Amino acid sequence: MSGMEVMLMIAGMALINLAIRWPVYLFADHVRFPPLVERALAFVPVAVLTAIIVPATLYPDADKGLQLTYMNPYLVGAVVAAVVSWKWKKLMPTILIGMAVFFVTRWMVGV
Amino acid sequence: MTDLAKESPSTIGAEFARGLAATFPLMVSAIPFGVIFGTLATNAGLSPLAVMAMSVFVFSGSAQFIAILLLGTGSALGVIWLATLILNLRHLLYAATLVDHVRHLSQTWRFGLSATLTDETFAIMERRYREEGGGPNAHWYYLASCLGMYLNWQFWTYIGIVLGTEFPQVKNWGLEFAMIVTFTGIVMPALRSSPFWAAAIIAGIVATLGNFLPYKLGLMLGALAGILAGLGLQEWRRRKARGEQVMS
Repeated sequence: MSGMEVMLMIAGMALINLAIRWPVYLFADHVRFPPLVERALAFVPVAVLTAIIVPATLYPDADKGLQLTYMNPYLVGAVVAAVVSWKWKKLMPTILIGMAVFFVTRWMVGV
Repeated sequence: MTDLAKESPSTIGAEFARGLAATFPLMVSAIPFGVIFGTLATNAGLSPLAVMAMSVFVFSGSAQFIAILLLGTGSALGVIWLATLILNLRHLLYAATLVDHVRHLSQTWRFGLSATLTDETFAIMERRYREEGGGPNAHWYYLASCLGMYLNWQFWTYIGIVLGTEFPQVKNWGLEFAMIVTFTGIVMPALRSSPFWAAAIIAGIVATLGNFLPYKLGLMLGALAGILAGLGLQEWRRRKARGEQVMS
């Protein structure tokens, strides 16, 4: 790819990103969602974040398949973090304990 | 409300510092991706300036990775642009979810806060607004999160370019797990009733089943399925509750 084409590629990608991210805020004064859509949007954080976490936990390695086993440090760490978060509802302990369990499991499994 | 919310000072500086602190674990989890992107892109034959320009102007990790991958296969520009579009469609959902909290801001603020919004900042801001609500300087919290993620991405891209192939072991450190635990810690407290559980479970299952799909389509399908499941259960329960009222 020539330098010109690379520039074009980057400019296009930047514009497309902006075209998705900006308009809702830009026209915020005129954007009012119908009540049903407003109620649907309440589920966005839970749905999107879970859709990011679960596959990342079950398929930690792109080259390997599904790893639904206690030998998978990502899964063990995430399950412990979920329990900690559910019990105490605090973010920092969840992160620290989850990371600790992840690293210990990884060390024990020896990957 | 948490203890934090009760004593939360709302000066600009305090909001900024707290936004940055909340985002910090996610900045750590982005390190391997930034470094690997810088390394891969340089090895794919892009000039250091082009690699930096991509991080500065595109600022979308997944789209940048796909672009490098597609460049390697000699794909046409149109394919790369289409992939960028599909990969980032979820940002429409993010913007629609947060728009109520930025409506009062100037257009300059709204531009900055939308152009630099990422999955990470969305997660952080959703939690902040849910737990504490807005506040006169909440946008400084938001800005700190955006700036933290943005500058962090630029810095680690640069490190990747400079170190080239000599630093590939960063991907074995497991830093990216910080994102998984942080998102877990944000999702769990949000599961406040059975429709939210339904949304999470369905989103997780569908996204996992769709993991083999290209362009993160599994993520998008999982998210949509989860939203529909949660909404469906909630509407059904509302209707049922209303029906019982009419009966009695």
